[in-house]
Amino acid sequence: MGCGRVGAELAAMLDQEGHEVTVLDRSPDAFRRLPPEFGGHRVVGNGIDQEVLARIGVAEMDAFVSVTQGDNRNVMAAQMAKHLFGVQRVVCRIYDPIREVLYHELGLETISPTKVGARLLKEALEREPAASGSGD
Amino acid sequence: MYIIVVGGGKVGYYLAKELVEEGHEVLVIEKDAGKAERIAEELGDISLRGDGCEASTMEMAGFGRAEMVIAVTGDDEDNLVTCQVAKAKFKVPRTIARINNPKNEQIFKKLGIDTTVSATTAILSQIEQELPTHPLIPLLTLKGGGLEIVEVKVPENSAVVGKRIADVLLPQQSLIALVVDEQGEPKVPRADTVLRAGDEVVAVTRTENEDALRAVLTASASYGPYGPPADTSRP
Repeated sequence: MGCGRVGAELAAMLDQEGHEVTVLDRSPDAFRRLPPEFGGHRVVGNGIDQEVLARIGVAEMDAFVSVTQGDNRNVMAAQMAKHLFGVQRVVCRIYDPIREVLYHELGLETISPTKVGARLLKEALEREPAASGSGD
Repeated sequence: MYIIVVGGGKVGYYLAKELVEEGHEVLVIEKDAGKAERIAEELGDISLRGDGCEASTMEMAGFGRAEMVIAVTGDDEDNLVTCQVAKAKFKVPRTIARINNPKNEQIFKKLGIDTTVSATTAILSQIEQELPTHPLIPLLTLKGGGLEIVEVKVPENSAVVGKRIADVLLPQQSLIALVVDEQGEPKVPRADTVLRAGDEVVAVTRTENEDALRAVLTASASYGPYGPPADTSRP
């Protein structure tokens, strides 16, 4: 759910690995981010609308990922997938680290790109600079 | 009682106003600077500009000592998260969420929100009460003549159930043109055709007699011209 940069990239990867993938986004424009060879389903709709989730068959899905720009939308959709439709694997992106910790405690599988990104950047800074490569 | 209202739109504003008048300690959290200012101007220093789902704002607002949190923004997902965080992190004893999409009631209940309020559901049920239970559906208006073709479903308790059409006193210039029974079989009625509950009657009538026609076909038997049917026990 959410066909932004991350959503489109993830959907393309999973599709290439042979999974059956459905991408859901409120805006049809968002699907232009998918590569032309993408073989999955593209559905325009609101991911926090029960009827939309039912229509795209969330109940039969093995996994559900919510990666829209809104933390609260992601949280709500993930909880609907898990608690209303009984999806086994549900992963949810939450930018706000505090909310991420909270919802993790409440039993959601969560990822905070803020925390992960900051950690990766810090690690990059602390690494010994590469001997060559960058041309400055 | 210390009550926090999240969302300072129309609902939040009037809610806060009422609660202040009732003597409660109220704080309204609103993202929009202009709206937050307007509340401060009109209701006093009771508004805080910020995101009611942001933990730092919630701490500043004193969620920890709030006895009640009411989330009334126009976005269900924001109201859900505000209430969930209020409950799980700040142990607020009572959380109330406004729901915009009535279908979300179920998921909110499942996720532990104490009370949900749906304006859409409230308005819908009001409308359903106002509407007649067995409406007359205008099918076609014949231009110029003031005549209409309408459809009426005969309710179970109608006074005309079991009567021959010849015995039904219709309003002036009204004519039963077609009767479709519950199995969907249409019949061109004759004088001795008997009306049954569930029949759909297609009739031609003058526009001004529409209501009278509906009354004749749907009014319950107890008010009918021939008294109550034998099977109802009345004193």
